[in-house]
Amino acid sequence: MGNFRRNKKKLPAISTASLPDIVFMLLFFFMTVTTIKNTPILVDNNLPKADQIKKLEMKERVIEIYVGKPTEELSKVLGSEPKIQLDDRLAHVNEVAPYVLSEIAKRPDAIRNTMTVSLKVDKKVKMGIVSDIKEELRKVNLLKVNYTTFEGNQLSQLQ
Amino acid sequence: MPRRKGAPEVNAGSMADIAFLLLIFFLVTTTIETDAGLDRMLPPMEPPEEDVVIKQKNIFTVNINKNGQLLVEDELMDLKGLRKAAMDFLENGADGSCNYCQGRKDPASSDNPSKAIISLKNDRETKYSTYITVQNELVGAYNDLRNREASKLYGRDFTDMEAEYLNPETPSSVRDDLKDKVKRVQDMFPQKLSEAETSTN
Repeated sequence: MGNFRRNKKKLPAISTASLPDIVFMLLFFFMTVTTIKNTPILVDNNLPKADQIKKLEMKERVIEIYVGKPTEELSKVLGSEPKIQLDDRLAHVNEVAPYVLSEIAKRPDAIRNTMTVSLKVDKKVKMGIVSDIKEELRKVNLLKVNYTTFEGNQLSQLQ
Repeated sequence: MPRRKGAPEVNAGSMADIAFLLLIFFLVTTTIETDAGLDRMLPPMEPPEEDVVIKQKNIFTVNINKNGQLLVEDELMDLKGLRKAAMDFLENGADGSCNYCQGRKDPASSDNPSKAIISLKNDRETKYSTYITVQNELVGAYNDLRNREASKLYGRDFTDMEAEYLNPETPSSVRDDLKDKVKRVQDMFPQKLSEAETSTN
């Protein structure tokens, strides 16, 4: 036992000098893979999963439309019916077309023909509202849509 | 008294704390980019000028009801079998003009891949996740067939080639080369996926 105690006394302190390096590495990882959300999300947005997906390149050619039921705090006021979020406000289906057109007008001429609408729809939403949005987009001849999803095995989510 | 060891060491013990603080800040304020998904073209609003007559056997109908059940070619089908059924339909090649198809050449099914159309219908009450899963399976059927032909012709997957072609960071010399290859494989199995208007009942 005496031997053990002597060993304990001599045990050197573990050097924590490399701890900042490790933490910085993590920090840089998160800084590079993430983007700061510039619009607050007012609706639940739990996207479905799919695996045959394509990446959306070039942010400036993308218009985002969120659909989902209002977040917990908002649902006390607005109820739990799915709503459409354009930019940072909730909107009616009728407002989709004007909003999309105004977004296109903000972009330079050269890329106006290649705009994509990214539909970020919560997986619990029924198809009715999505079909209405699709109809609106067809009316203004914006036909390129991207059903934005998470990457993953799609068959597992139905069980 | 003169110092012997030069300037004293700066205590770096709090460095980790500062870095952790920053790390936690980035963790809570950011979300990992989710910008990938299924690309689709909506049908244009104006109907085509002349009525195109499409034979019933060239249309592969998929109906999703409000409970998420699938009716494929008037038969109830499980989601797991959908991709296989769609692939069988697409490469059936009944008229024999498609020399790369490996289908059964069933005269009651599609003539050739360029005539084959998949029609997807859904109910207003269908859940979005079900709809996406079905879309995913149908796109998967096209991708599987295209991958098969691309690996036969060029020794690599079509989806790889397409992703590299669409990536803006790819040098333009490589992209020009890929453009023709991607186009050729796309033309072998052109994606004709019609999203009909939603039924109301």
